[in-house]
Amino acid sequence: MAELLIKNGVVFDPINGVKGEKMDICIRDGKIVESLHDEHGARVIDASGCVVMPGGVDAHAHIAGGKVNAGRLLRPEDGRRGLEPKRGVCKPCTGYSVPNTWATGYRYAKMGYTFVMEPAMPPLTARHTHEELVDTPIIDKAALPLIDNNWMTLQYVRDENYEMLSAYVAWMIRATRGYGIKIVNPGGTEAWGFAKNCGLDDPVPHWDVTPADIIRALAHANERYEMPHSIHVHGNMLGHPGNYETTLRTFDVVKGISASMQRQTMHTTHIQFFCYGGTSWKDFESKADEIAKYVNENEHITIDLGSIILGDTTTMTADGPMEYTLYRLTGRKWTNHDVELETGAGIVPFLYSSRNPVHSVQWTIGLELALLIKNPWKVVLSTDHPNAGPFIGYPILISMLMSKKRRDEVMKEVHPAVFDRSSLASIDRELDFHEIAIITRASAAKILGLHNHGKGHLGVGADADVAIYGISHEESDAGAVQRAFLNAKYTIKCGEIVVKDGEIVATPEGRTFYVEPECEESLMNEVMKDIERLFKEYYTVSLSNYPVQDVYTPHPYVIKAPMSG
Amino acid sequence: MAVYTDVLCPFCGCICDDIVVEVGEDGKITKVKGACAIGRSKIMGHDRMESPAIREDGELRDCSYDEAIKRAAEILADARRPLLYGWSSTVCETDRAGVELAVEIGAIIDNTASVCHGPSILAIQDVGLPSCTLGQIRNRADIVIYWGSNPVFAHPNHMKRYSYLSKGRFTPGGKKDRKMVVVDVRETKSAKLADLFVKVRPGGDFLVFSALRAILRGHEDVVPDEVAGVEKKDLLSLAEMIKNANFIITFFGMGVTHSGARHNNIANAIEFTRAAHLHTKATIMPMRGHYNVNGFNQVCTWLLGYPFSIDLSQGYPWYNPGETGAVDVLVHGECDAALIISSDPASHFPADAVRHLARIPVIQIDPYPNPTTEFADVVIPSAICGVEAEGSVYRMDSVPLRVRKIVDSKFMADEEIIRRILEEVRAIKEKEGE
Repeated sequence: MAELLIKNGVVFDPINGVKGEKMDICIRDGKIVESLHDEHGARVIDASGCVVMPGGVDAHAHIAGGKVNAGRLLRPEDGRRGLEPKRGVCKPCTGYSVPNTWATGYRYAKMGYTFVMEPAMPPLTARHTHEELVDTPIIDKAALPLIDNNWMTLQYVRDENYEMLSAYVAWMIRATRGYGIKIVNPGGTEAWGFAKNCGLDDPVPHWDVTPADIIRALAHANERYEMPHSIHVHGNMLGHPGNYETTLRTFDVVKGISASMQRQTMHTTHIQFFCYGGTSWKDFESKADEIAKYVNENEHITIDLGSIILGDTTTMTADGPMEYTLYRLTGRKWTNHDVELETGAGIVPFLYSSRNPVHSVQWTIGLELALLIKNPWKVVLSTDHPNAGPFIGYPILISMLMSKKRRDEVMKEVHPAVFDRSSLASIDRELDFHEIAIITRASAAKILGLHNHGKGHLGVGADADVAIYGISHEESDAGAVQRAFLNAKYTIKCGEIVVKDGEIVATPEGRTFYVEPECEESLMNEVMKDIERLFKEYYTVSLSNYPVQDVYTPHPYVIKAPMSG
Repeated sequence: MAVYTDVLCPFCGCICDDIVVEVGEDGKITKVKGACAIGRSKIMGHDRMESPAIREDGELRDCSYDEAIKRAAEILADARRPLLYGWSSTVCETDRAGVELAVEIGAIIDNTASVCHGPSILAIQDVGLPSCTLGQIRNRADIVIYWGSNPVFAHPNHMKRYSYLSKGRFTPGGKKDRKMVVVDVRETKSAKLADLFVKVRPGGDFLVFSALRAILRGHEDVVPDEVAGVEKKDLLSLAEMIKNANFIITFFGMGVTHSGARHNNIANAIEFTRAAHLHTKATIMPMRGHYNVNGFNQVCTWLLGYPFSIDLSQGYPWYNPGETGAVDVLVHGECDAALIISSDPASHFPADAVRHLARIPVIQIDPYPNPTTEFADVVIPSAICGVEAEGSVYRMDSVPLRVRKIVDSKFMADEEIIRRILEEVRAIKEKEGE
C-alpha cells in the first residue's frame, strides 16, 4: 500500500506529550509508522504553516437511531436548512440540526473528526441505530445502549443481586453490539411510562429502588469487567433550575468505587444542563463554578460540556419527562416514543435566543466550565448534538475558548443577565492549541478508552487518522480559528485522504466499534432464565429475534472486556 | 422435514414474530402455525409471476433476468422525469438501493404511504407524535381506542399480541384490566367486541376530536348537545373514562386519514392526545398497513432527510407532497417512465393517474401479478421477502426486526434486482459520457 508523509506541520499530539513541535508524520497501511520504506515513492503532504492533530473524537453526539430519525421526520423545515446537491463523490445532503447520515459523515470529516460516539441506543431498536451508523460514511463510530431503566436492571438492583446485574449488563451490551453503559434519567424514564418522573433519592414508582441505587449498582457492574469506558451518565433533573445540587450528589454516588481500568468511574455528560442555580426561571443562574470546583477536587469524574450554540436546534433525549416539560414551556411540536421495558425518547424543536436571559446564561455555562476546570483531560468539547446546538458549531466554541476578546464581543450581544448571573465575564483564561487538541480528541479518546485502540493520538501503531488545519500555531484571530476548524485543509482517515482543501475527496465506509464483556458461563446461563421469562411475559418480540445480527456491523472492531481481576 | 420457530410474518405492520413454519423434504412450505389467515396465505405462497418478461406488440414475452434488467435500465436512463414507486412490501435493503437509484437518475421516489398514512406523516410534521412501542400498550394501557380502524380484518393479531386481549405487567388480567373503545362510522366487527362503541357521522371525526379536546381542556361549555351524530353526554363520559385512566392509546386507521379533513383530522387526533396527556399518560399510533411501509419512510428519512414523495431532479432532495407525490406527477402528466416495486397502483390510484401510467413505459418488480401487470412493459418477478429473502423491516411502532429466509427460491431478491438495474444505468451513462 502507498505510503504517506506529512511534512513540516506543527504537531499537537497531547497523549504522546507533543506540544506544537515541527515534525513529520509517516503513514503506511492505515497506521502511523516510525519511518517510511520508500521516501521517494511516498505521497507527500506539505503541511508548512499548518497545525496537525490526531483525528477528532466526539464522545457524545446523537447522530443515528430511532430518535434522531424521528427528529428528522418531525422537522422537514430543518432539512431545508442544509440542502446540498450531490457533487463529485458526495451524495446529497440535508439538515442543519438533524442532518441526514451522509451529511453527518461528510461534515464531521470536514472538521477533521474521525470518530463519533452515538450516546443513546435503545436496546430494542439497536438494529436501527446500527443501520444508520453503517450509512454514515467515513467516520468510525460506536453506540452506548441504555441499560438503566430496564426492568431487569431495576429488579436486580431492588433485589441487590449485583452478580446477576453484571451478567445482564454483559448480555445487553453484547446483544446490542454496544460500547458501554448509558444512563439517562435513571428511574425517571421508567416512571414516565405512566407520565411521572422522579428525583435522585426518590423511590421509582412500583420499584422500591432509587435512581442513586441504580447509578451505584451499574457503576459496580461496569467495573466488574475491564470496560474501556466508565458508566456514561445523564442524571436526574436535567434542565431544572436549582439542579446543581442534584448533580453534586450524583457525583458523590460513585465516589469510592474503584475503576477496573486507568480512568474515571463516571462520565457525566452535557453537564451544562446540570449546572443551574435558582428556584425558578426568574432567579435562574449559573452554578458552573460549584460544578467546576467539585471536578477540580475529585479524580473520579469526567465531563463533556453540552455547550450552547445560540440559534434554532432540535432537542432529543431518552429523558421523556424533560422533553414534555420543554414542550409545555414552548408549546411547540412534541414527539415522544417510550420503549417497552427499557427507555423512552422525547423530541422538541428549540430556539436558544440571545435575547432571552435564561438562554444567554445557559450559553455562558458551557464556556465557564471549560475555562474553570483546570485539568483539560477531564473535559470533552460537546454540544450534546443536537440538544445544545449542532456539531458543526464546534469551531465557534473553539474560537470562543481561545479568545477572551471574542467572548467579550458576544457577551455584549446577548442578554445583559450574563453579567450578573454568570462568572464568564470575569474569566481571562484562553485555551491554546494544545488544550484544544486535548478537549477535542485526546481526552475524549482516553475517557472512552479508545487511546488503547488507535484513536486520539499519533503514536506509532495508532490509526492514521490525522487532521491538518490551515492555520498557523501562532494565530490568535478568532475568525481565522473558526474557519480553520470548520474546514480542515486535509483529513486523513485510516491512511486515506478523505478531505482536501475543505472538500470531501473520498468516502470510505467507517467501522463500528463494540465491546464484548466476558461473563462466566454459569452466571450467564442463570441470567438467561430470567431474560427468557422477561421476553415471554412482557416483551412484544421473541428473544431469538432480539440480538443484533452480524450483518449490521459489516466493518466491526471488537474490544474484549474480560472480568477484572 | 424442517421446523422453523419465531419466524416473522411479512404481511402487515404488526410483524408477528412467533410464527412456526414447517418445510417439507422438497423445500416447500407445508404448514404455518400462529399466523392469521392472511399471513398464513402470504407465507404459504400463491400464484406467482413465473418469468421475467418484456412487452412486445402488446404481449408479454418471457425473457431472461439479464434481458429484463437491461431493458429496465434503458427505460430509466432514457427518462427525463422517472418515478420510482412502491417500496413498502420489501425490505429496507431494497429501499436503500432504491434511494441510490433515485439519486443516480434524479428520480421522484415515493412509497405507498403517500396514498395511505401520508396524511398522518404530514400531521406529525405539524404537531409531533406522542407515541410508544407496542409493548408499552401490552404492559400498561387500560384504555385502548381504535378510531377509524378495524383490526379484526386489517390487523387480525393486533388485539391478541399487543393490545386489548394481551396480558402484561400492569395488566395481568388482560381484557379484564382494560376498556376497549371503537370509534367508527359503522358498527364493524371490531366495534362489536368493544366495551364502548361511538358511532360518528361520516366525515365528522374532526368535530369529535375537537369536542373531546375542549372537554379535556376544561371547556365543555362550548360543546353543543350533539357533535357529528354523537351525543354530548357520551362524549363527557368518554372524557371521564380517559381522565380516570392510567394509560390510553388511540390506534387510528384509514377511516380518519382519508375522510374529509385528511391530515387535519390526524393533527386534531394528536391534539386530542396532548389534551388527554394533561390528565394521564396518553399515546397515539397509526395502524400501518404493509409490513414495511414504515421501513421505507425510515430509510428515506435517514438517507434523504424526508420520509416520502421526494423529487431528486435538482440533485438535492425536494419534499413537497401535493407536488412531488406519485399521484401528483402522474395526474399532472409529468413523469415519463415508472418503476413500480411491490405494489399495485393500477388498483389503488385515481383513474387519471392510472391512465397516465398506462401511457408511459412501466417496469414492474413483484412476486405476484396484479392489475398493474396488465400494462407493465417490463415485469421482473422477485423472491418473497421474509420467506425467500431476508432483510430489515420496521414494525408500525418503529421497532426494527430482521425477516428471515426460510426456503430457497429460483427468483432474484428485490435488492439484487435494483442493484443490478443501478449498475446497468451507470454503465449506460458512462458510455453516453464518452
